[in-house]
Amino acid sequence: MRIPSLRAQAAITVAVLAAGFALVFFYAPNDADQGFIQKIFYLHVPLATCALAGFIVAAIHAIRHLRTGDAVHDARSYVSIHISVIFGVAVLLTGSIWARASWGKWWVWDEPTLVSFLIVFLLYATYYPLRYAIEDRDRQARYASVFAITAGAFVPLNFIAVRAAQSLVHPRVFATAEGGMPPRMWIAFTVCLAGMALLWTCLVRFELAAKSASAKLSRLRRALEGETYVASGSRIAPGIPSRAPSPS
Amino acid sequence: MNAFRAILGKDLRVELRTLQSVPAMALFSVTTFVIFRYGLDRTTLSGSLAAGVLLATVLFAAILAINRLFVAEHDEGGFDAIRLAPVDGSALLAAKATALVVYLVVLEAIAVPVFGTFFLDDWAGLAPLAGVLVLVDAGLAATGVLVSSIAANSRARDLLVPLLLLPLLVPMLIAAANAAEPMLSAGGPSYAGTGKWLAILALYDVVFLLVGYAVYDFLLED
Repeated sequence: MRIPSLRAQAAITVAVLAAGFALVFFYAPNDADQGFIQKIFYLHVPLATCALAGFIVAAIHAIRHLRTGDAVHDARSYVSIHISVIFGVAVLLTGSIWARASWGKWWVWDEPTLVSFLIVFLLYATYYPLRYAIEDRDRQARYASVFAITAGAFVPLNFIAVRAAQSLVHPRVFATAEGGMPPRMWIAFTVCLAGMALLWTCLVRFELAAKSASAKLSRLRRALEGETYVASGSRIAPGIPSRAPSPS
Repeated sequence: MNAFRAILGKDLRVELRTLQSVPAMALFSVTTFVIFRYGLDRTTLSGSLAAGVLLATVLFAAILAINRLFVAEHDEGGFDAIRLAPVDGSALLAAKATALVVYLVVLEAIAVPVFGTFFLDDWAGLAPLAGVLVLVDAGLAATGVLVSSIAANSRARDLLVPLLLLPLLVPMLIAAANAAEPMLSAGGPSYAGTGKWLAILALYDVVFLLVGYAVYDFLLED
């Protein structure tokens, strides 16, 4: 399968997300219990799904990085976590807004999914101080991968523990007594989820491209300034492969 | 196995001669109990409050030891020696984890009776609590060794350990606190749901021991 260019993917992402939100507002019915506010579900749940899936993707890249030693997998792992943490902020904000609308409070502690997500988010937020505290590039990449794997194993465990500790009061839009969402909601939700997944991969690709471009730029700049050595990559994404600077 | 025994013996001997971790942890725990006594303004504790105070104190005390676990290896070249020696890196991991468990058991042997004296009317729950604490120690050892060896090679050693470790420990604390709560309840120990929580604790321990075993070589290699 041919992977579309970043520009094409960005266009597809915008189209799918726009179609998804059009379906949400003009096609999917209002929720019988929660009314209009339930529409935030089409934003909140795809964001959360993509963020969690992104953490797992980061762990898989980290495993590949440790197995092969190829720095490109480390860069992918880093960018996956980075975009997922940004999604995580959005998940917590939208979740908080939904909680305020549904239960009248901005934060509800006996709400297992929100609390689990907060803990996962706090753990992944420590990824940055960890990376920046290690100076040696190879070691930084290796330790970051170890962290990504450990944290990847932590995600399901955390959900088990938090869920076991609390009563289930999260709005179960998927599983109601009548046997789930009406098909119109499903369609809107699926399109939104696809759009969000496209957005996630688009942002990851964009950041990887930006990193490799800035690495290339700094290499060219050094070559222009007449330095003889070739430094590798940027500070946070070492050794993103790019063409060697032409001898000039 | 020989390497494991040699490293563990070395660590325990160093601790016995320098007394740098366990006494500090014990002192810290007793002080923390006093802090909680005034912070909560309670002279007796039971149920979830008792479980929370005891477990939070053990957890913070453990961070003191975890901070120091690899300092000597890093400063005195222990890591290089292990890399040079024809032994498996997991021997170091296992020895450090076991040493940490030993420190924690000694700490608890001091801190739990002090806790009982300070706060508990009824000591009957402390015996079954030992089972929970053993699983907590194993979990602390598994995650602590990982985090400590990462932090030892970084610039912000003392900062990274609590920062990385505390979120990792939240699921363990949830399970341990829920298991300990009925054991410390005011009307004498009961065992509602203990099995489920012990199972989650054990699952946590196994997962992080396996993760540690899988990734540890990458923390040593250089």
